[in-house]
Amino acid sequence: MVTVLVLMTIGIFLGRFLGRIPDLLKVVEKLISYAIFLLLFLLGISVGVNKTIIDNLDKIGMKAVSITFGAVAGSVLVLWVLYKTLFSTDTKEGQDEK
Amino acid sequence: MKNSLIILAFFSIGVLAGVFNFLPGFIVQNDYSMYALYALMFLVGISIGADKNSWKVIKQMNVKILLVPVGVVVGTLGGTALTGLILSDLSIKESMAVGAGFGYYSLSSIFITQIHGETLGVIALLSNILREIFTLLATPLLVVYFGKLAGIASGGATSMDTTMPVIVKYSGKEWGVIAIFSGVVLTIIVPFLVSFILEIL
Repeated sequence: MVTVLVLMTIGIFLGRFLGRIPDLLKVVEKLISYAIFLLLFLLGISVGVNKTIIDNLDKIGMKAVSITFGAVAGSVLVLWVLYKTLFSTDTKEGQDEK
Repeated sequence: MKNSLIILAFFSIGVLAGVFNFLPGFIVQNDYSMYALYALMFLVGISIGADKNSWKVIKQMNVKILLVPVGVVVGTLGGTALTGLILSDLSIKESMAVGAGFGYYSLSSIFITQIHGETLGVIALLSNILREIFTLLATPLLVVYFGKLAGIASGGATSMDTTMPVIVKYSGKEWGVIAIFSGVVLTIIVPFLVSFILEIL
């Protein structure tokens, strides 16, 4: 995966200069969409021919829901604490603080 | 939202094609996806680098604002680690890797498929799409009970684009900058964090 990360980093710095050409950016955005469509189509195929996945779709779905719940609950709670301690004094809602 | 539907459609057509064996053998046997992933990541890099917001983000950086994406990372990884601990048929590492997609479902699912296999890739696709959909639907309520950062927390990487309108609408315009900042930072670290969790941890 190092290759991929290096390619992305090169892209970021290249993009800084290419950003001045708006038409080129539109092409890049289009190509990204096509690449994503292609890759997810390919992922779909490998899932479709994989009997273990197809037979366990209900379990896979449940795992996905559980992970989403953990991820959202965790980050909402941490940012709630952050908001209460550092951010709410900035705005008018700070009254319940002090 | 429209984009998630198109992507799900491509994925579903692929699944059906695979299940009913519509495809010529060479597509199934040869794996072209690694090359497509190389191209995708290079292009994603260019679009991040060319986005003025990405570089503005560095100028806006201060400790307080930086704590927002850091908090999302800590909360997400903590919550998903707990999920992995509770579910017997899912390892903590797998659960955290899926969580580290932060709602960036297209990239994280493809990435996780390459590193760890299709099953976890599909879980990543579903789980992260769900994160985006949940944020779109629940932000109005989350903001009431958990403060103005709740939409940004729930949105993760999507708070810079797809879920930003909802966040700005229910938290207020002044939170838009923080939403973009957090979203940009999380978007950039997705591939790094996912590979770190699955390959090094």
